[in-house]
Amino acid sequence: MLDDFMTRAALAGIGVAVAAAPLGCFVVWRRMAYFGEATAHAAILGVALSLALDISIFGGALVVALSMAWLATQLSGRGYAMDTMLGVLAHSSLAVGLVVVSFLSGVRIDLMAYLFGDILAVSRLDIAIIWGGALLVVALVAWRWSPLLITTLNEELAYASGLNPNREKLILTVSLGVTVAVAIKVVGVLLIAPMLVIPAAAARSLARTPEAMVIIAGMIGAISAVAGLKAAYVFDTPAGPSIVCVASIFFVSLSVIAAFRKRSA
Amino acid sequence: MKLVSVENLSVSYGANTVLRAIDLEIESGEIVTVVGPNGSGKTSLLKAIIGATQPANGSVNLKPGLKIGYVPQRLNFDPTLPITVERFMRLTGNVERKSCMLALETAGVLQLLKCQMSELSGGQFQRVLLAGALINGPEILLLDEATQGLDQPGSAAFYRQIEAVRRETGCAVLMISHDLHVVMSAADRVICLNGHVCCAGTPEAVASAPEYKELFGAGTGGALALYRHDHDHVHDHTDNCNLNSSEAAE
Repeated sequence: MLDDFMTRAALAGIGVAVAAAPLGCFVVWRRMAYFGEATAHAAILGVALSLALDISIFGGALVVALSMAWLATQLSGRGYAMDTMLGVLAHSSLAVGLVVVSFLSGVRIDLMAYLFGDILAVSRLDIAIIWGGALLVVALVAWRWSPLLITTLNEELAYASGLNPNREKLILTVSLGVTVAVAIKVVGVLLIAPMLVIPAAAARSLARTPEAMVIIAGMIGAISAVAGLKAAYVFDTPAGPSIVCVASIFFVSLSVIAAFRKRSA
Repeated sequence: MKLVSVENLSVSYGANTVLRAIDLEIESGEIVTVVGPNGSGKTSLLKAIIGATQPANGSVNLKPGLKIGYVPQRLNFDPTLPITVERFMRLTGNVERKSCMLALETAGVLQLLKCQMSELSGGQFQRVLLAGALINGPEILLLDEATQGLDQPGSAAFYRQIEAVRRETGCAVLMISHDLHVVMSAADRVICLNGHVCCAGTPEAVASAPEYKELFGAGTGGALALYRHDHDHVHDHTDNCNLNSSEAAE
């Protein structure tokens, strides 16, 4: 079954959707969309360094994504507004990454594959890494679910309940790093943030509980991955962007339906 | 019995010292109100008590195993987070449905059990937060400007509820308030804060203290005096630039 490249691609896409669903919901609830984007963009630097040092791209991207997330957290509240600082970090690291790649003259690099993903080329090993990462993210978030929700609602409330919000935020940072690292192969660094935000935002109008929102976001992400792949095959379009397009269609349709229901209610 | 004892507490954010040498004790069952202008360190005091801010100096000692109920100023509540009142109430601990309903009843909002948090009005929201703070049977309630965003009748009703809660459960209350009317009516003890404790005592004693009048103006009747005060006080003291910058950060 895994011999078919479309099957492997679908499994990889669904794996990313599984990792992105719980994390994407927290990104939306905590208004961290730009934080996610900065972390994802930084990963191209990780890719460049991995190629230069001839180490695993997954490992390099993970380390750089985590460093970027840590750096952004440390710098927050020191002078510049968070969005300004993330704008600087995200695009500088993207630019530095692209410059570093240009120095690697010895290797022939398909840069587009890292920017927009190369889902049709995933190997069995890639699938194992993606699903391993996805299950790790799901396990981490499930383990700290209530503390994460309380921290999201109010940090002082978390302290008063005997929790340490910084530890809970670290869980999200690590999950974000892992998700970015596993998603590079599938949608590329430029399209990771939309894979986090769009399914979660689309799921909002259908959900009455936080858990339902995560599950619905996961389903929307998975359907988008499969349908996007199918569309890419039929219309001969790039796979990563096609997946994001399907997710966007979900978001727009569900938002319009929710707006009409509100008006008639 | 002493629930909270704060000794010689100082709190700094970087180079800004927002609280200097604060001493404060709270006995079980009493209502203590902290008043002070913006940037006077009221919220920092509360944060230090719950452990969200580390003291630069001095210490905060809580009775061992003290059960705290905290009512935040506001939640970073994003309407994209779907959650019912019941679910929110049961997040902070493994509580049974019965104690959840009891806390909501004490806060006067049992009918909201199944509502989405994002659909509540300001007054309902604050009462649900109060109920959330009551759910584990706290020995002390900490309220951080809990009536912010409520109109006058709304906040008066809210504070009547607080008094009722104290009568029913016997818990102590430490609240931060902008609303001077509340201070005069509800509190057993008032602490007037402006980076340091300006004056403290019964509401009557504080109202007639010269430091209080200096801080809030001679007409101590209402909130208007408080806001008028903000401008002249900052220019009176050279060390108040710190207070200014922390105010800007708020």
